[in-house]
Amino acid sequence: MNARTLPYLLILPVTLFLCVFFIYPFVLVAQLAFTQGDGFTLANFREVVGYWKFPISLKNTLLLAAIVVPIQLALSLAMATMVSKMEKGRDLVLYVWTIPLGISDLAAGIIWLAIFEQSGFLNSMMSGMGLIDKPISLLTYEHPWVIFIAIALAEIWRATAIMLVILVAGMGLIPKEYYEAAEVFGASPWKRFLKITLPMLRPSLQTALVLRVILAFEVFAVVIALGGSLFPVLMAETYAYQFDLLNSGAAAAIALIILAISIGFTLIILRLLRVPKGATI
Amino acid sequence: MAQIRIKNVAKRFGAYQALHSINLDVADQEFMVLLGASGCGKTTLLRIIAGLETPSEGEVWIGDRRVDHLAPRDRGIAMVFQNYAVFPHLTVFENIAFGLRMAKMDNALVTKRVERTAELMHIEQLLKRYSGELSGGQRQRVAVARALAMEPDVILMDEPLSNLDALLRLEMRAELKGVLAESKTTAIYVTHDQVEAMSLADRISVMHQGRIVQAASPIEVYRNPAARFVASFIGNPPMNFLPATSHGNGQWSVAGQTFNGPATQKPLEFAIRPEDLSPADQGLKATARVVEPLGAHLLVTCDVEGASFRAVLDSDLTVRPGDILTLAPQPDRIRWFDPETTQAVA
Repeated sequence: MNARTLPYLLILPVTLFLCVFFIYPFVLVAQLAFTQGDGFTLANFREVVGYWKFPISLKNTLLLAAIVVPIQLALSLAMATMVSKMEKGRDLVLYVWTIPLGISDLAAGIIWLAIFEQSGFLNSMMSGMGLIDKPISLLTYEHPWVIFIAIALAEIWRATAIMLVILVAGMGLIPKEYYEAAEVFGASPWKRFLKITLPMLRPSLQTALVLRVILAFEVFAVVIALGGSLFPVLMAETYAYQFDLLNSGAAAAIALIILAISIGFTLIILRLLRVPKGATI
Repeated sequence: MAQIRIKNVAKRFGAYQALHSINLDVADQEFMVLLGASGCGKTTLLRIIAGLETPSEGEVWIGDRRVDHLAPRDRGIAMVFQNYAVFPHLTVFENIAFGLRMAKMDNALVTKRVERTAELMHIEQLLKRYSGELSGGQRQRVAVARALAMEPDVILMDEPLSNLDALLRLEMRAELKGVLAESKTTAIYVTHDQVEAMSLADRISVMHQGRIVQAASPIEVYRNPAARFVASFIGNPPMNFLPATSHGNGQWSVAGQTFNGPATQKPLEFAIRPEDLSPADQGLKATARVVEPLGAHLLVTCDVEGASFRAVLDSDLTVRPGDILTLAPQPDRIRWFDPETTQAVA
């Protein structure tokens, strides 16, 4: 076999698979979004964007991402640093911390619902401690911020580990010698983190952040479980258009909007965390 | 002033004793080489001085400060690592400036200092490049420049030339010696290469199995090895050894020949360097086994009463395998070792 053509031949099955099951449906969705009855139109987009719930769901989605992702980034960096410094029991700790990854997002939402609902753990605990006389309904339209906190907590609990795993792997790749050199040349532990760990972790940070941000824009099941329709987000709107209003064109349009936002943020993250030309990490 | 004192330093890794009660004084501005085979503890000792490893016992002093409880950055040292550890995400300029920036030096001063050091190491044209765009030799220069830019009291070097090819190593060796002499820095340099050690050192500490066997000037280590290990480690090829029996009154019989030696009755070992032998009418009878012409001289491996024995002879001589040579040792170069204690006997 020709050594030049072999690699292409080997990636051919995957490429075909992706074309059939990703590119083709994507083209169909795009077609759906840009047509209404006959020919090209932006009517679907106009309809979707003009709907009163759209600005709210866009704001909610972005706000949730803006709060959750930075907290997850900080948490996962701290956790990864701790794990990397451990000599014994490292794997055990890592397994425990990644347990939430094994749970579907709907299940995660339900777990946090069990904590926050009227007969939930939080109410039982507070009444047990004598803080409240009778259970209070937390997840109602009267306390939108409680719903927001509950969703943010569930998201943080559920999906920090995916960043953690990527960052732990990335940190393991940084040679110990760089830390020793930095230490000898006067860098405190904090400075070593800033000047060695963070810059050398850029490729892993890119992957972790892109993955996490995209997931944040696709947030759905946790929101449905905890907030229902009280906390509209873009993905829930897509669902509503497709299955409640049976408007596939609008659903496709909003899906494309989410895709555009995801691509936009991916490009921003890649740009911000790019490795300077010539530098090798 | 930065003399270094190491007092009774020991290091254990679990049950393994890497260093046994090391005592060593390095004078201000001295170039000290720690020489030994891999696993002898030389790098561990260097890392203890650097603060990258904590001693299990003992004290480390730099100048008049005890430093073994201090972090590396508080010790007034700079270090050159074996694999250079030039930060790949920083330019050459920022690599050299790293320590200065950590010390919060004024920006203009940093630029000045970096440029001067870069010039000294002949890398001023590389300042904007990244480590990935440099050759091994250039990376090595950056690592040295980064250390020199700190103008440290002490510079520690861990096999800094071992990753370079032979020719480059020779060139860098000479350059390093010049640069360090000019910088008036106390230097401790770890190597397993005895030629490097001989050529660079003011003093060599020969290490073996976690102990310093001898600390002396290169020529002293070469001429008067304090122990059999040093004699068999230093020199290429190393010293020859033959068993000797005493006739009393300092007369010793070695391979049928009589030599003057120490006035002791214990059995000793006779030792002589291969280059201190020359063909003569009277001397040790040696049967040539392998003859290797090395250009400058002839290396002959022979048999003396069943023991392997090497001689470095003039390359004009014609020697064939099987020839019987009579080799006379230069009398003032003969050394004696006690096989029991392995120490030299005068």
